[in-house]
Amino acid sequence: MTTSPGATAITPAVIAQHGLKPEEYDRIVAAIGRAPNLVELGVFSVMWSEHCSYKSSKKWLRQFPTAAPWVICGPGENAGVIDIGDGDAVVFKMESHNHPSFIEPFQGAATGVGGILRDVFTMGARPIANLNALRFGAQDAPKMRHLVAGVVAGIGSYGNCVGVPTVGGECTFDPSYNGNILVNAMTVGLARADRIFYARAAGIGNPVVYVGSKTGRDGIHGATMASAEFDDKSEEKRPTVQVGDPFTEKLLLEACIELMATDVIVAIQDMGAAGLTSSSCEMAARGGVGIELDLSAVPTRERAMTPYEIMLSESQERMLMVIAKGREAEAEAVFRKWELDVAVIGRVTDTGRIVATFDGATVLDLPVEPLADKPPLYDRPWTPIARNRPPVPALPETSALGPALLALLGSPDLSARRWIWEQYDHMVMADTVARPGGDAAVVRVHGTRKALALSSDCTPRYCYADPEMGGRQAVAECWRNLTAVGAKPLAITDCLNFGSPERPEIMGEFVGCVTGMAEACRALDFPVVSGNVSLYNETSGVAIKPTPQVGGVGLLAEANRMVRAAFRAANDAILLVGATAGHLGCSLYARNLAGSDVGQPPPVDLAAERRNGDFVRGLIHARRLTACHDIADGGLLVALAEMALAGDVGAAIGTSPATAGPAFWFGEDQARYIATCVPAVAAAILAEAHAAGVPALRLGITGGNDLTLDGVERISLHDLRAAHESWFPAYMSALSD
Amino acid sequence: MKAAVIVFPGSNCDRDIEVALRQSLGREPQMIWHRDTALPALDLIVVPGGFSYGDYLRAGAMAAHSPVMREVIKRAADGVAVLAVCNGFQIATECGLLPGVLLRNKSLRFACRDVHLRVENPYTPFTQQYDDGEVVTIPIAHHDGNYFADDATHRALLDHDQIAFRYCDRAGALTPDANPNGSLDHIAGVFNRDKNVLGLMPHPERAADPALGGNDGRALFDSLVAALS
Repeated sequence: MTTSPGATAITPAVIAQHGLKPEEYDRIVAAIGRAPNLVELGVFSVMWSEHCSYKSSKKWLRQFPTAAPWVICGPGENAGVIDIGDGDAVVFKMESHNHPSFIEPFQGAATGVGGILRDVFTMGARPIANLNALRFGAQDAPKMRHLVAGVVAGIGSYGNCVGVPTVGGECTFDPSYNGNILVNAMTVGLARADRIFYARAAGIGNPVVYVGSKTGRDGIHGATMASAEFDDKSEEKRPTVQVGDPFTEKLLLEACIELMATDVIVAIQDMGAAGLTSSSCEMAARGGVGIELDLSAVPTRERAMTPYEIMLSESQERMLMVIAKGREAEAEAVFRKWELDVAVIGRVTDTGRIVATFDGATVLDLPVEPLADKPPLYDRPWTPIARNRPPVPALPETSALGPALLALLGSPDLSARRWIWEQYDHMVMADTVARPGGDAAVVRVHGTRKALALSSDCTPRYCYADPEMGGRQAVAECWRNLTAVGAKPLAITDCLNFGSPERPEIMGEFVGCVTGMAEACRALDFPVVSGNVSLYNETSGVAIKPTPQVGGVGLLAEANRMVRAAFRAANDAILLVGATAGHLGCSLYARNLAGSDVGQPPPVDLAAERRNGDFVRGLIHARRLTACHDIADGGLLVALAEMALAGDVGAAIGTSPATAGPAFWFGEDQARYIATCVPAVAAAILAEAHAAGVPALRLGITGGNDLTLDGVERISLHDLRAAHESWFPAYMSALSD
Repeated sequence: MKAAVIVFPGSNCDRDIEVALRQSLGREPQMIWHRDTALPALDLIVVPGGFSYGDYLRAGAMAAHSPVMREVIKRAADGVAVLAVCNGFQIATECGLLPGVLLRNKSLRFACRDVHLRVENPYTPFTQQYDDGEVVTIPIAHHDGNYFADDATHRALLDHDQIAFRYCDRAGALTPDANPNGSLDHIAGVFNRDKNVLGLMPHPERAADPALGGNDGRALFDSLVAALS
């Protein structure tokens, strides 16, 4: 074993700089039987970072159900894979790019999109849709407009150029994200079920091929940054943010898909977090083999890059693949056609070791197993969360529902997101049949009658108040959104964003949310097939609200049976499906209008959720509904207003409890939908609901240019639209700070 | 009609145009890789939307100098119809096939949404199945669609009936709110003087299937098939 000249001594300070605890370093020494050199220390530090190793979360993630007859590949690969029939498979995953996006919002968000696209096309799938979930701080927090503008422009710039439609997402504002915004990006791709590519190196002697952008010094230790808290000096981390090149991504995408039509590729993985290190170690580990790399052969874009830098660079738009020996020329021809750098940089060995040489000298020689499969796993102390929250104060039984509705629809969390999604090309590929703004986005499976429904959901204020219930709700709401367009929900990916796991309270939030999610996934037959954990989202000891983002995929066997949230025409009967208890705890009404974030979140009854949802989906399949919308943030009246605005058709709401007050109209009880149908079938539907044990009642009838409540209160669609559409543009065009 | 679509490495609306052309034409158009500069005999060449060579310089600036565009320019001079959509329009102005330039949107933001267009000249192979003054709804998706031309060029466009579509409101009025990107005189698309080249920022191929929310773009492809077959 030679060490590079000028080798840095491995001092406690150097170990700490790598984000490794002293006991973790001792574990490294024990695993390899000697002290590591600096390159090896760097490799261990990224592989054992929270981001790559899941060392604090793994114990709890095992609770998730991950199997179902339609699951082809669950967690552990680059993305999850499910079967949608006819030989078609859907490949999808969600990932965070939180820390980089706070430091440099445009590039941070753009490269987040690039990374998740690669995770999907590396498995042989053509990406067909992107979604995202954005959590910003308080609207008046420092730099917040700059962050919103940068993140949205960054996401748009990347997806628009690659040519994958960005079809859905979420965006909310809360002070807990002031110092740690969240940018979670999801990609959904389409593959043939028998042409899935895995990151499992095999075939001793097979060449290891590097393709894509040249390696630079950008992003070194990004994975380590993503595994640490922020403090006042976070600006200094700007050099660890990578810069995206979506055009090269497009070339890489097309080249990979073209080469994947042959049998040249044995294994493939993108160089994402921890770059060459993680792609080579993980491919070797999954295949139970070794890999030998010649770092001198790696295409570099800067002079005099060291082995340390080459191993740890997070330069974007790069892929590592193992190809069948003797087929190098075929691979090279495809990559040359797409004008990409390509180089054979190593080979598969039977040593079970990752070995790298540079200018002929061995610079690292490590066993793969401890690196990839034996990171320290922590059973972190955690305290169950039982928040002692004040109950919802008695609210005046006001008849002035109109002003309350206008205020809610014009609030930061409920206002129209048009300002965002008009910056995303949501129509490219010409298969987007339900555009952003509804419950779930719907994209056709090209050239078939099928379509996929996609939704991304989480309600952090519920998760904070009661992590287990919040975890359940995130999954249930996603399932409901897919159901509301008529899709059968199939599986989810997740992105679990939390504060520091080293604090028992945060671990308690994590354990609670994961437990609740797992319960809901089991009850709804909605397994987890891929995911990502982002911890240490806190600044100077203040953590974000727990945000276990859920990204769901559902199938419409016949795209033309889809329904939308928009009222379709006048004179349709409006039905409310699901029980309304009037739960105002944690509601936006209580927060925005009663001035307090109080109470417990609405209970999620998973049996009722399933019963109600299955009933609604059956109606949609039978073409008995003309529109359908799930009731979520803001409650019943907000949902009605959204349907009226989307269809530009008003409604007269007549049938409600005579004494209905704010709790009825703005409570956020779960498992509810508003559905419309032609009047002729309304009575039959209500009778069937009753027989099925599904609470349902008739609320009123569509028509006119107003929302009329009980014949007394009249709110014009014009005013509603003005309130709904104006907040975001006004906020973004206000004087920047 | 023999139709072909030029495919640059960063084209991303090539398949969408292919689907729309196939629907109107009843058979596959030919897809021509940007390096294949020996073009076959053709009646229609489409330069599709996307990011040709990345557009990190100026949208369409590099593609304008590509060998395949030199061939397209030659064919256009011979009278072959050329449809240039979005990035294709940007390339067409950069290489001089069409007058004017496309500046960054006035909002400085990318804009993807349905817009209303008024048909300004239905007497061309591209537009003969539209009515004069008809208002159609077709989506845009661009960052650089703010059409500009100097006064003399603008005058010439007017004099030669070269304005194909203008952004308008639902009723056909040229209101400021109906102009999505700040284009001069609400110009959404222009012809060359001979009317065998059309460049437009909106994407007719995204509005050629009612399931996508609109079918108003289909008449453009049907017009071409009827005129050139």
